[in-house]
Amino acid sequence: MAKVLVVTSGKGGVGKTTSTAALGAALAQMGQRVVVIDFDVGLRNLDLVLGAERRVVFDLINVVQGVAKLQQALIRDKRLENLWLLPASQTRDKDALTDEGIGRIIAELRPRFDWILCDSPAGIERGAMLAMRYADEAVIVTNPEVSSVRDSDRIIGMLDSKTVKAERGECVKKHILIARYDAGRASRGEMLGIEDILEILATPLLGIIPESQDVLRASNVGSPVTLHNADSAPARAYVDAVNRLMGETIAMTVPTERKGFMSRLLGRRAA
Amino acid sequence: MNLLRLINGRKATAPVARERLQILLAHERGLRGQSDLLELLRAEILAAVQRHVDIDQDKIVIRMERGPQVSTLEVDIEVPNGAHKSFAAAG
Ligand SMILES: Nc1ncnc2c1ncn2[C@@H]1O[C@H](COP(=O)(O)OP(=O)(O)OP(=O)(O)O)[C@@H](O)[C@H]1O
Ligand SMILES: [Mg+2]
Repeated sequence: MAKVLVVTSGKGGVGKTTSTAALGAALAQMGQRVVVIDFDVGLRNLDLVLGAERRVVFDLINVVQGVAKLQQALIRDKRLENLWLLPASQTRDKDALTDEGIGRIIAELRPRFDWILCDSPAGIERGAMLAMRYADEAVIVTNPEVSSVRDSDRIIGMLDSKTVKAERGECVKKHILIARYDAGRASRGEMLGIEDILEILATPLLGIIPESQDVLRASNVGSPVTLHNADSAPARAYVDAVNRLMGETIAMTVPTERKGFMSRLLGRRAA
Repeated sequence: MNLLRLINGRKATAPVARERLQILLAHERGLRGQSDLLELLRAEILAAVQRHVDIDQDKIVIRMERGPQVSTLEVDIEVPNGAHKSFAAAG
């Protein structure tokens, strides 16, 4: 039975979609069966980051409304046979997503996968609520910056009260993923430090993803960063995070660019 | 690090960010619990009043004022004239 993991944040543009794609791909690379669901109705992007934008025929709302079968809407990744995408609708009305419809889809997916990753839209409205509704675990993507930390705190409050698990008196397992981290700026005191964020949010850390050009290069070509450049700092950070999700204990480091002569030469190769 | 700061003459702003966040979030977390409590009180007071008087859902306003020693709960219900249910019905 799959674990349902929501990737959420409150604040927009912090790296949810990038992280959903990278975590999903890294899990699939380890042999896990993974489906990633784009909940960002009207602003779908997960298809683009995964390079599947031209293969979308049916979407989440089609399935909720019974226009298409789940089987018809699922898109299998071309590189990773264990990775599937359920795209969001680009045009249809957001209200077409219903709690009960999502519940049915999740129930149908659970026995077929090991992981169901839900890419939440920004905000704290209905869309974000539906994305987290059936979650067993949550990755809260946070940038080291005041407004992002504040929004993460709000989202933690929602995870503890609005999810099916919370309503049953159980607890969604929460993880903080710090994204777009700049070690230089943090050490100069220009950016909130890791300890500050963890102390304020009182939630365990899943990983630290450095700010990196490799993320942009990977999304330019429609490939999760763990596939596109497995040796890059963000890719190694995502792989560490996924190993922690799988229950392994791995020392927390901020992966940095490898500046050896060879990797510098290789790194210069254009994406 | 301090040397760096001396050289470029800028003070680290992260400690300020941290302190502001801690104060703000302590406040917001308090409100969160409170708004749930207020919602509950609102629903139960409304139900109690509606057993005896016909009132509109949105004609009940409830506010909590937090003071250092005591807090006050303010309940404001607009009752239209002649809305009383008959005494017999109200039991
Ligand atoms: N580690 C990183 N280094 C550099 N750029 C990054 C990193 N992570 C994300 N980005 C960039 O930040 C932008 C926003 O990322 P992304 O779309 O993943 O955020 P999001 O939280 O899903 O946004 P939205 O709230 O709009 O859905 C993108 O341009 C992405 O390439
Ligand atoms: Mg997104």
